[in-house]
Amino acid sequence: MPDLTGMRFAETHEWVKQDGETATVGISEYAQSQLGDVIYLELPAVGQQLDAGARLGVIESVKAASDLYSPVGGEVTEANAELKDHPEYVNQDPYGKGWIIKLRAVKDNPKLLDQKAYDAFVEGQSHS
Amino acid sequence: MTAARTPLYEEHVRLGAQMTNFGGWVMPLQYSTIREEHHAVREAVGLFDLSHMGELRIGDETLVQRVLSRDVTRLRPGRIQYAVLCNDAGGIIDDVLVYAMPDRGYLLVVNAGNQDGDFDWIRKHAQAADAARNVGREWALIGVQGPRAVDLVQRLTPSDLASVKYYAFVDGTVADVSCVISRTGYTGEDGFELFCGNADAVRLWRALLEEGRSDGIRPAGLGARDTLRLEAGMRLYGNDMDAQTNPLEAGLDWTLNLEKDFIGRDAIMTSRQRGLARQLVGFKMLDRSIPRHGYRIVSDGEGVGTVTSGNVSFTLGYNIGMAYVPPAMSEPGTRLGVDIRGAAAPAEVVPLPFYKRPHPK
Repeated sequence: MPDLTGMRFAETHEWVKQDGETATVGISEYAQSQLGDVIYLELPAVGQQLDAGARLGVIESVKAASDLYSPVGGEVTEANAELKDHPEYVNQDPYGKGWIIKLRAVKDNPKLLDQKAYDAFVEGQSHS
Repeated sequence: MTAARTPLYEEHVRLGAQMTNFGGWVMPLQYSTIREEHHAVREAVGLFDLSHMGELRIGDETLVQRVLSRDVTRLRPGRIQYAVLCNDAGGIIDDVLVYAMPDRGYLLVVNAGNQDGDFDWIRKHAQAADAARNVGREWALIGVQGPRAVDLVQRLTPSDLASVKYYAFVDGTVADVSCVISRTGYTGEDGFELFCGNADAVRLWRALLEEGRSDGIRPAGLGARDTLRLEAGMRLYGNDMDAQTNPLEAGLDWTLNLEKDFIGRDAIMTSRQRGLARQLVGFKMLDRSIPRHGYRIVSDGEGVGTVTSGNVSFTLGYNIGMAYVPPAMSEPGTRLGVDIRGAAAPAEVVPLPFYKRPHPK
């Protein structure tokens, strides 16, 4: 089981984990299971400024193309280059080597959910 | 309207399938991952529930001749042809497989979502009210597809499958279940489609999964069915063609017997004389972006066509699609732009099919 301590989630199914100056962003286990086989990601350039809730890129699975949103504001310092040849990492390890971007100078987003609240949100969604 | 369930519904749920609605039916989309199921079919064998497909029985040969594009009088009993059903304007109502039954009647295997419409259309042109019978909800259909498929089915049947050629069928038993054994498929691989009564479907399904274990069998869902058929250049009704498309535009000239009379023939001949406005082509992406149904084909910033199907090709390792383009842009090697989120992604027209199995029998 991956360590989800300190991880927070957006209702658009991205996660963010802050470690000092840097925040790492990915998509949740629920999101990857709904998307199915991820085959391509369109990611932002290093240096790009993102607001909380802004579109950060696109994730494509066999089924469909979906937008990705940044759960917090900040400046992009890195996009996961491994995903270019291994987009399936997002399916295999969404909280680990399937991370998507890193941000710095992070502006927090009070609307994010902790894991418990996110799990309850997902539960509510899958029964609606 | 709630989606219909096939007799194998409980099996899919037990196997942990993710289910989806398709053509009025609730069907397995995937059991594991689409990628794994796709490769299993290309490299070993996959098992498909195709019970959502419609089956129409028609005894009246004149009626079949009138509604189908092929000359079915040339079809010997036990043989199968791919054909289209057209409206008066030459638009495609459905694409079907027509089976010449031993009793001289015909069986039409039609798309799930079209079965009621096809049935109504055919009855409208029939002399007798009982000329056509919709047996789709009495029959299950199981696909066994892949390089290991023939060997697997042969171990479960006394019929000599070597004598059942591509696009031929026999009555027989598989795992002691009475079925029609049809050497057809929608994956680009060798294999069979097995028609049996609903009550026997679970028994046949389980027997194939059990016996196929040593072959590396995997149940495969509609997700893999779509990526497989796309590689094989097979059109999907509703995506690549519809009632506004004629068979010439869809590249289905070879399904037309224009010397016989059938509904839509005159309109198709007129369209051929006038020249086509668009043609279906295959293309490969020259970058890593994914083309999708409905995306525009662009040339110098102008929209000149539409993508009808597109996805990753797991077998070939690049992304592929089909699109309608002006005939002047239909030659292999022609560069196209695919409008993907506002940017023209580079693509090139290539011949169909994208994939051909290595050792066809």
